[in-house]
Amino acid sequence: MRKHQVRILGGGESYACEAGQTLLAGMESGCRRDIPVGCRGGGCGVCRVRIVHGPYAAGRMSRAWVSAEDEARGIVLACRTRPLDDVVVEVVGRRPVLP
Amino acid sequence: MALTGVIRPGHVCIRVLELEPALRHYVETIGLTEVMRDKAADGSPRVFLKGWDESDHHSVVLREADESGMDYMGWKVDSEATLEKLSADVKASGLATEMRWIDAGEHPKTGKRFRFTIPTGHVMELYAYREATGCATGYRNPDPWPDDLKGMAPRSFDHCLLYGDDLDGTYKLFTEVLGFGLSEQVVADDGKLMIGAFLSCSNKAHDVAFIRQPVKNKLHHVSFLLDNWGEVLKAADIISKRRVSLDIGPTRHGITRGETVYFFDPSGNRNEVFSGGYTWYPDKPVITWTDDQLGAGIFYHDRKLNEKFLSVFT
Repeated sequence: MRKHQVRILGGGESYACEAGQTLLAGMESGCRRDIPVGCRGGGCGVCRVRIVHGPYAAGRMSRAWVSAEDEARGIVLACRTRPLDDVVVEVVGRRPVLP
Repeated sequence: MALTGVIRPGHVCIRVLELEPALRHYVETIGLTEVMRDKAADGSPRVFLKGWDESDHHSVVLREADESGMDYMGWKVDSEATLEKLSADVKASGLATEMRWIDAGEHPKTGKRFRFTIPTGHVMELYAYREATGCATGYRNPDPWPDDLKGMAPRSFDHCLLYGDDLDGTYKLFTEVLGFGLSEQVVADDGKLMIGAFLSCSNKAHDVAFIRQPVKNKLHHVSFLLDNWGEVLKAADIISKRRVSLDIGPTRHGITRGETVYFFDPSGNRNEVFSGGYTWYPDKPVITWTDDQLGAGIFYHDRKLNEKFLSVFT
C-alpha cells in the first residue's frame, strides 16, 4: 500500500503516513515531534493544524477547538485526520482559551 | 451517622463525540458495567454505567455531544432535609449561578437534583435519592470480588480534577457552604496565591480537586478506584494491549500519595485509575505544596512538570 508524504510548512523533511493512519499517528510512529501531541482523541485541540494542500478525511473533532468555519478553512485536528494523498500541513495550534 | 451533609461524589456526566467507541472504552477497557440507555431532553443519546462495587443505580453517564468534556458532577447528600438546606445555603451564598431544580426521574431511578454553576464555571448537582440496585457481590456473605470482570475493573467512580479561573470562589463555596475540608493545597507567590485545592467531603484524600487556570468549566480527569499498585500496573498493561492513548504512568503522586496511571478515552477526555492515598480526617493538618516543588508533587518519581499533563484538558 502506498504511503502518503506529509510535509510540514516551515519544517524539515517530510514524513510518511501509512494508508489509513492519522497525521499524528504517522508522525509519532516516525519518532517525530512536528505537531504537538495531546489526547489523540479529537478532544483537547493541541494538535490543531491547517491542511494547506492535498486531500484528507477528518473524523469527529470537538467543536470546542474546531468550529464549522475552521473546518471549512481546512483547520482540523491531526489526531483525527487521515491524508488521502500527499499533503502539506501548517501547525496552527490550539485556539486561545478565554474564560 | 458521623459522615453527614454531602457524603460522596455520586455521578459524573461525560461528553463523548461518538457513543459506541466511548462505550467500548468505558465497558471493555475500563470495565464499568452498562446499566441502561436513554436520551437526554435534547435528544442526545446517554448511557448509564457503574463500577462493580457501587450500590446505587449508576455513577457514570456518557452523553454524545459535539464537544468533549464534562457536563456536570453530582454529589449525594445524606437526606432530603439536607438537600433542602444545602440548596438554600447555595442560593444564599451568592457564589453560584444558573441555579435550578432538575425533576426526579430525569436521571433514571433518581430523585430531584439541585443544579448550580460554581465560580470556576463547572456545573454541580446535589441529590438525596438514587435507587440502590446493589453491587455485583451483594451484601450477604459476599465474595471479595465478582467473577467475569472486564478490563481494569475499578471498584467505583472516585473523583474529578477540574480546571477553572476563580479558584477562590469555588474553594469558598465547597468549604464554607458545602462543608468540604481541604486535604492538600498548592500555593504560589510565596504562599500568597492558592493554585490547587484538593477537597474532601469524606475520609478520602480528595473527592474533587480544582486547579487555577485561566479557563472556565474544563475537565482535567475523571478517576476510578483500583485496589492496589498491582492493579494499576495491570491497567497500564491493558492500555498497551488495547492500544489506548496513554498519558503518563504508572507512577506515584506526591499530592495525595496515590499510585496512578493516566490515559484518554476515545473523545480525548483524560481518565485515571489509581489506588492508595490515605485516610483523611477533618483534624488532619493541611498538606501544602509550594510551586517550586510542584514537579514532585504531581509525579513524585519524575519530579518534573509535564507540559502535556498540565496543558491538555477537555
